[in-house]
Amino acid sequence: MNYGSLDLNTVWFILIGVLFTGYAMLDGFDLGVGALHLFTRTDEERRTMLNAIGPVWDGNEVWLVTGGGALFAAFPNVYATVFSGFYLAFVLLLVALIFRGVAIEFRSKQPMRWWRQMWDIGFSAGSLLSSLLIGVAMGNIAWGIPLDERGEFAGTFWGLLGPYPLLLGVTTVALFMMHGAIYALLKTDGPLHDKLRGWITNCIIFFIICYATTTMATLLYVPHMAARVRANPWLFSIAILNMLAIANIPREIHRGRDWRAFLSSCVAMLALMGLFGLEMYPNLVLSNPLPANSLTIDNAASSHKTLGIMLTIALIGVPVVLAYTIGVYWIFRGKVKLDKMSY
Amino acid sequence: MSVLTLSRFQFALTIGFHYLYPPLSIGLGALLVVIEGLWLKTGKPVYHQMARFWTKVFALTFSIGVATGIVMEFEFGTNWATYSRYVGDVFGSALASEGIFAFFLEAGFLAVLVFGWNKVSRRVHFFATCMVCLGAHFSAIWIVVANSWMQTPAGFHIVGEGMRARAEITSFWQMVFNPSSMDRLFHTLCGAWQAGAFLVVSVSAWYLLKRKHEEFARRSMRVGLAVGLVASLLQLVSGHSSAVGVARNQPAKLAAFEGLYETTSNAPLTLFGWVNEKGEVVRGGLHIPGLLSFLAHSDSRQAVTGLREAAPRPEDRPPVNFTFQLFHLMVAIGFGMILLALLGFLYFWRGSLFEKRWLLWLLVLSVLGPQLANQAGWFAAEVGRQPWIVYGLLRTSQGLSAVVKADAVLAAIILFSAVYLLLFAVFIYLLNDKIQHGPDDSDLAPSGKLALPLGRH
Repeated sequence: MNYGSLDLNTVWFILIGVLFTGYAMLDGFDLGVGALHLFTRTDEERRTMLNAIGPVWDGNEVWLVTGGGALFAAFPNVYATVFSGFYLAFVLLLVALIFRGVAIEFRSKQPMRWWRQMWDIGFSAGSLLSSLLIGVAMGNIAWGIPLDERGEFAGTFWGLLGPYPLLLGVTTVALFMMHGAIYALLKTDGPLHDKLRGWITNCIIFFIICYATTTMATLLYVPHMAARVRANPWLFSIAILNMLAIANIPREIHRGRDWRAFLSSCVAMLALMGLFGLEMYPNLVLSNPLPANSLTIDNAASSHKTLGIMLTIALIGVPVVLAYTIGVYWIFRGKVKLDKMSY
Repeated sequence: MSVLTLSRFQFALTIGFHYLYPPLSIGLGALLVVIEGLWLKTGKPVYHQMARFWTKVFALTFSIGVATGIVMEFEFGTNWATYSRYVGDVFGSALASEGIFAFFLEAGFLAVLVFGWNKVSRRVHFFATCMVCLGAHFSAIWIVVANSWMQTPAGFHIVGEGMRARAEITSFWQMVFNPSSMDRLFHTLCGAWQAGAFLVVSVSAWYLLKRKHEEFARRSMRVGLAVGLVASLLQLVSGHSSAVGVARNQPAKLAAFEGLYETTSNAPLTLFGWVNEKGEVVRGGLHIPGLLSFLAHSDSRQAVTGLREAAPRPEDRPPVNFTFQLFHLMVAIGFGMILLALLGFLYFWRGSLFEKRWLLWLLVLSVLGPQLANQAGWFAAEVGRQPWIVYGLLRTSQGLSAVVKADAVLAAIILFSAVYLLLFAVFIYLLNDKIQHGPDDSDLAPSGKLALPLGRH
């Protein structure tokens, strides 16, 4: 299909953002449930937690896989630079994702205590490490990484573990834990539900502390990540929306309207990713210290033709995917009831 | 060791391990559609029991397939960054299509297939099973299209020069229907159906030998054998047509498959042998005159291009003996599977299969055949393409990540090896456990919405 003069590079910048935001909102809650998993005590509680995400975690992870594929197709230079540059970090991320995935499947296949504990640890540690690494990667992208004139990564593995990226890693863990706790609240009842209601306050406090620290650190040390909002004050409305959404979470939880709390958490993520995208645009990977080497939507993109083909594919595929994904969530709505098919 | 060797080893390790599982998902997916279809049609509870049991096996293989599949999606970027920049414009869209059209479909409906038994009606469940099966097949389509483009690139042009050169798409459909994609897709799918069918055959034969779950085992054997036989026979057709394609599109690869150095008319087919790469001859072995020419060109007098002509310089040739042996292993197993499936079917037809213990034992082992052949075939296809990563355009040694050092790759290999060994051990343990436990007799009585006969809900 021919999209004429449409700025496909910008369209794909947005679409990649949409895919990763979808990933954060969906897999975010299963990673969060994973991080909370070890706080639960009894086997039944753990099974309930696992089955809360059981039917959907796999589909949620596809958002990451598709995001990776779309990045490869639309911005091959970014895919190549980031994945090869963050080599060991990505290998660790992959191992973490493998462990948490198979742990969900394997855990309840055997009744032995040691068996279940082993996979409980695998699930929880894998989820925590994945969330942390995703946040660290975002932190590095925001801070900027050393790139040479060919757009290749010129830093080291240890250089990726700076204080700001680590702070973003911890914030991501906190965000996903809060998000996961709210989701778990939606899917449980009885004593576990009451227990989760107690934890959620701690999760929210943890997140708000991280969020405030990250915001201050960003304004003080990463001023380019606030430049566009500074230049266009009306964009501050997104930051306000973000803060209102976050503030609304404890309010809705307190009133027992868990579903609205979950939506608020999603809106907060949307706004955060929106701000992130606005500040990055038109860069996809900032080069720090040599900004001229940054990878942008122009120098890192595939041809106009490929971006057009991909847009056609997305326009056909995405509505269908959304329709049946919503269908699947609808089929599995309501509280988790353990039966013989459960994990 | 060099980054090149290590990166190739890492890719071989991760793809080889990953590829134990997707063929099972594709093959078992197809069988599940047949089994559940039979249940819907006949209403016999044993088909419900079978669907339940094989769904559990499916879920186990699927989860490892997904977990090890993410590695593949990321590995192009981590280890082959220069390749990724070079091909992203063409190759990337096939990979992204796989995500949008295949993975979402599989993962979404898998939930209904595995956990939805009591939540949806029979028809909806059957629909979900069909969608999972379709998703698994779509994923084969897109990944084989992408891989075939690396074998026989089409629908692109090269822009830029030197380090900045890259392939850009000119025609999406020419890329999708590149000269080898349809043959190789069909070949891959037949192999996957065989893998699924012979797993079912193997487990059923085991139950029959042990005189356990006999009703279940007989029915499963019947479905498994039928699908296995059809797939094995189709594989013969597809194998032949793939080989004709290789002769046309990648003559150096065909010459390596057959250890043929001199361009020869009336070229012989070598049944087995050992290639001496220094002396450029095949030692020992059995040759059938004219057959290779006949198979490649449907005319025994026509010449088949040898390696000296197809790739005059040794550095342009793949490792010949390695490719030769793997290719021949695959072909030998392929014929073995046809023979075994025919034997099984013959005795089944006569009604004496369940008493023939020697044959049942062979059928128990049959599960290994397609797995070995699938691995050997892919290794032959990928090693036979060397030294090219994109045939004739980009060398494997040019596709590496510029910034990744050997020790990092080594660390990754050690990590992946440890994790995959653990996964494999756990997989075998759980699969064995599931087989020992057998189908659940309580599944003979469907519950929930499924208990309602068709048309009454």
